[in-house]
Amino acid sequence: MKQFVPVSAVLALALAAGTAAADEAQIAVAANFTAPMKTIIQMFEEDTEHTVKASYGSTGKLYAQIENGAPFEALLAADQKRPELLEKEGVAVPGTRFTYAVGTLVLWSAEPDVVEDGEALLKSGDFNKLAIANPKLAPYGEAAMQTMDALGVKAALEPKLVRGENIAQTYQFVDTGNAEVGFVALSQVMQDGQITKGSGWIVPGDLHEPIRQDAVILDKGKDSAAVTALFAYLKGEKAQAVIHDFGYETE
Amino acid sequence: MPLSETDLEAIVLTLELATVTTLILFLVGTPIAWWLSRTRSRWKGPIGAVVALPLVLPPSVLGFYLLVTLGPNGPVGWLTQTLGIGLLPFTFWGLVVGSVLYSLPFMVQPVQNAFEAIGERPLEAAATLRASPLDRFFTVALPLSLPGFVTAGILTFAHTVGEFGVVLMIGGNIPGVTRVASVQIYDYVEALEYGEAHRLAAVLLVFSFLVLLALYSWRPDHTRK
Amino acid sequence: MAKPGIQARVRVQWPGFALDVDERLPGLGVTALFGHSGSGKTTLLRCIAGLEHAAAGEIRFNGETWQDASTWVPTHRRPIGYVFQEASLFPHLTVLSNLRYGQKRSQAKGQGQDAREARFSLEHAIELLGIGHLLKRRPASLSGGERQRVGIARALAVSPRLLLMDEPLAALDLARKQEILPYLERLHDDLEIPVLYVSHAPDEVARLADHLVVMDAGRVLASGPLNQILSRLDLPIRLGEDAGVVLDGRVAERDERWHLLRVACCSASLWVRDSGAAIGDHARIRILARDVSIAHEPKTGTSILNTLPARVLSLGNDAHPALSLVKLDVAGSPVLARVTHRSAEQLGLAPGMTVWIQIKAVALL
Repeated sequence: MKQFVPVSAVLALALAAGTAAADEAQIAVAANFTAPMKTIIQMFEEDTEHTVKASYGSTGKLYAQIENGAPFEALLAADQKRPELLEKEGVAVPGTRFTYAVGTLVLWSAEPDVVEDGEALLKSGDFNKLAIANPKLAPYGEAAMQTMDALGVKAALEPKLVRGENIAQTYQFVDTGNAEVGFVALSQVMQDGQITKGSGWIVPGDLHEPIRQDAVILDKGKDSAAVTALFAYLKGEKAQAVIHDFGYETE
Repeated sequence: MPLSETDLEAIVLTLELATVTTLILFLVGTPIAWWLSRTRSRWKGPIGAVVALPLVLPPSVLGFYLLVTLGPNGPVGWLTQTLGIGLLPFTFWGLVVGSVLYSLPFMVQPVQNAFEAIGERPLEAAATLRASPLDRFFTVALPLSLPGFVTAGILTFAHTVGEFGVVLMIGGNIPGVTRVASVQIYDYVEALEYGEAHRLAAVLLVFSFLVLLALYSWRPDHTRK
Repeated sequence: MAKPGIQARVRVQWPGFALDVDERLPGLGVTALFGHSGSGKTTLLRCIAGLEHAAAGEIRFNGETWQDASTWVPTHRRPIGYVFQEASLFPHLTVLSNLRYGQKRSQAKGQGQDAREARFSLEHAIELLGIGHLLKRRPASLSGGERQRVGIARALAVSPRLLLMDEPLAALDLARKQEILPYLERLHDDLEIPVLYVSHAPDEVARLADHLVVMDAGRVLASGPLNQILSRLDLPIRLGEDAGVVLDGRVAERDERWHLLRVACCSASLWVRDSGAAIGDHARIRILARDVSIAHEPKTGTSILNTLPARVLSLGNDAHPALSLVKLDVAGSPVLARVTHRSAEQLGLAPGMTVWIQIKAVALL
């Protein structure tokens, strides 16, 4: 039926009848991906008849909520581990998992000219504190540990480490100057392809495992047209451009 | 299963933090409570409201303000650096400062209520019996408000044990220095290590229950008939 | 030289209440501050104790300045004892610790070391108020009367030079009042310091006061020796429902057969019912105006025991238009009599006239 009806008529109908005609996706999104996701959702809602209701939070919390019956239809995680687990536990729809973004790690200081040669700086240890995200919880923290390991400075820097519970808190430690430097996400300090504040050193990708962020469709969303459409949209060119703008890579 | 070494370390640190915080708050909170209970100044309202603010403010907000204020660009950070103390965030004493502010109403309000409940009369009686203001405070006001102090002390201690948001914001999660039990539990939950989280949480739960049980069962001597 | 007595010039202005007093109070005996509630008597007492910081004025005691424009002696440095209406014992201390609280501090401050000032040892106060058996108890386990006796003893134990009592019996029922009044009378006879006694109870004033300060709406209405005030015809001051005077005397004789006592009062004698008082004891008697009648001659063949010569001082109106009050002098003491205007005219009563009075009833207080 639908293909015989013009799109504008469908939209008009949808507006008149609330959300009855168009589908709504209810998704959970890792906090670090909040800004790009908001832009993508806006575009998605303009380009399709669907709407998206997104909840942002730490992947660990979202995972626990999903385990306990939260009504999410998809999860955009900050790591690969939690989507994999959900898949194994049969809460996620098999074969829907994919890497929607790859994070870029940056050694950053709120002060200009502090971080020039990041490798030399890490080796000299010439700073009061080094903030990292809790490696047990956050992929950026894990990548930071791998980087220090690869440079052979992990043991030397251990006494200077302060841990944020997530990458946002780590950014606050550095931004307020309480830690002179820290490993944060490039997406936090970049705007329009430029580091806008302080000084930073983009950690070469060969020093740590890629920070893959995976998305997966959950059981509750397996019949949702909106979720299917959104996943397809995320893989499309328009969304990918936004993701790059915000300092992420894609695969 | 026994608690791991890091869990024990976190518990010991938590108890240390709560003890130091409670002791400092006895010293800091008592004069504030006394002033609030006796003053007719127009500042009573504003000061009382400021003291109560931590009850309303999300701990993460208070923690963030502390991070900014105590940091190298904040006024307190400038002061501590000038005094040669260094910066307070990510140190035990930084947590103490945060906990003192965060638990302030839990100390001040019960003590203030106790002071107010005494009324003027016993203090006037003491004055006519040659007791100076300081003398009256220590020999009449303090003993008569002992129940309020016990309540305040236990609430402050328990509240500091259960504190999380502020510690998280200014602690930096350093083992043995700022990683207290509540943060440890949070880490376990976030890392999906629910078994460990349960064990440590159970210890805190039992502890808190015992403390509150003691509070609700305790009655001062002279209120018994 | 220091003038003995209390000089109090006090002004307090609160919403709905004003106190404006400028009085000299005697430096000896019991001075009752008498008036309705709200008349300012308690506030005046608190000003003298230094418990009202908002008050402006001057307070001097025996020439010593406690308060003026540039001086403020805080309460704990004023040599006073203060008895509150509700005892206000410290609930966390035993009776003995309550008593010692002030005593220790007054000794530590050097007050009371002077033999003249140390009139009241703790033992004396305990004995005087009869509380020796209560010393180990807590205030919460005492009766209201016991608590008030401890409160009075506690005030005495600081060896005060001025005792201030704020309606010490007002919170007690009649039986408790009767329990304490004898102790207060003993105090009256025993103490060599001035006492300011706030009360609105006529019976307490009649029994205890030497001087009377009548207060109303924050002002002093009348002030002077008790009888001078009570016998004034121009003031509507009544201790209780009726006008009358109070006379002080001593028990002079006991009539065992008829159970009567003769009380010598100035140079007159009055027979009263035997109360058990010893010969030589101080006795206070009250004569109400309505119980006094006037005649030209001493009557014989009457049941009335007390017939005395008197001189008319003045005449005034009583509350009812039919009645007049006659102020008489009986051997130097004023006595009031109430007669009808008709009788007064028939008798031809006029100031200076000598008459005989018959006293129907004399109450030994």
